[in-house]
Amino acid sequence: MAHDTHDSGHSSTSHADHAAMGEVHEHPNWGTYKWVALILSVITVIEVWIYYVPAFVASRLFVPVLLTMSAIKFAIVVMFYMHLKYDHKLFRALFTGPLAIAIVTLIVLLFLFGHLSIHTG
Amino acid sequence: MATSAVASHGHPPTTTGLDHRKVAIWAFIGSECMLFTSLISTYLVYKGRSVNGPFPHEVCNPPQCATQLKPILNIPVTSVSTFVLLMSSLAMVLALAAVENKDKPGWAGTGPWGRALASSRLWLLMTAILGATFLGFQAFEFTSFVHEGLTIRQNLFGSSFFTLTGFHGAHVTVGVLWLLTLLAIDVRRGLGPKDALLVDISALYWHFVDVVWIAIFTLVYLIR
Repeated sequence: MAHDTHDSGHSSTSHADHAAMGEVHEHPNWGTYKWVALILSVITVIEVWIYYVPAFVASRLFVPVLLTMSAIKFAIVVMFYMHLKYDHKLFRALFTGPLAIAIVTLIVLLFLFGHLSIHTG
Repeated sequence: MATSAVASHGHPPTTTGLDHRKVAIWAFIGSECMLFTSLISTYLVYKGRSVNGPFPHEVCNPPQCATQLKPILNIPVTSVSTFVLLMSSLAMVLALAAVENKDKPGWAGTGPWGRALASSRLWLLMTAILGATFLGFQAFEFTSFVHEGLTIRQNLFGSSFFTLTGFHGAHVTVGVLWLLTLLAIDVRRGLGPKDALLVDISALYWHFVDVVWIAIFTLVYLIR
């Protein structure tokens, strides 16, 4: 199941043009989508399960592990369902640029006002 | 190259060779990243600073609350609604695949499952239903919170929580209306490969709403 972003009626020349521009159009098929959905579901189950394990909640690993699993789910959806892994690099830049700025802003705000703030007296 | 772009993609020549509508939706999604991060930042900065209950993860005892209140977040219900939204993303990619391959008979197989996979109407409808189900869960959650004494004016947690999840719910609502519009077009005249970009753009919006919820579910509901 080879998909095209804009139109399914591509000629081989058109594919070559897009490859030259760094735009790749081979989208995943049902088999890939099925596995992606399964992986997302399993990670969600693990997230909820560890929420109910008091020993793990009390440990220092709780927050980093949850954040890591959330980031993995985020990346999987963006790469495979939003096809960013297969699309033009301009789209990647349009998404990851603002996302990086937003994450840095979030971290800075937490250092300034939130739980990561450093009280200097 | 520009001429071949017109012929094969149905969009006017552009300096990038890419359709402006797709560039626009990615730019929009980038700006939406900043919007939701600002809302999430606000929630996290105010986290744990509410003077009065109810609280998200902690029991509220008198005198902070008139009577003892249990933690207000309902993780089992929200976990189910998260699963529903994740599955709606699966339905959405299948809708896009069905539209893109409509001119390739038998691309998904010939059995009942193959016919189901090839039906864009089925997957668009499924995505809209799953989105509406998520909204139903959110309406249930908001209603139960209000009954338990948490309103948008009750405390810092209520203000930041309802603003963040309310904005997300509004985005899901727009997405459901968008999907129903596409479904109506599909029923009236049928969506084909020439319409794939329209479905692709709506799919990008829908998946973005999904990834925002992935972040909210962890940062708001699971991390104490």
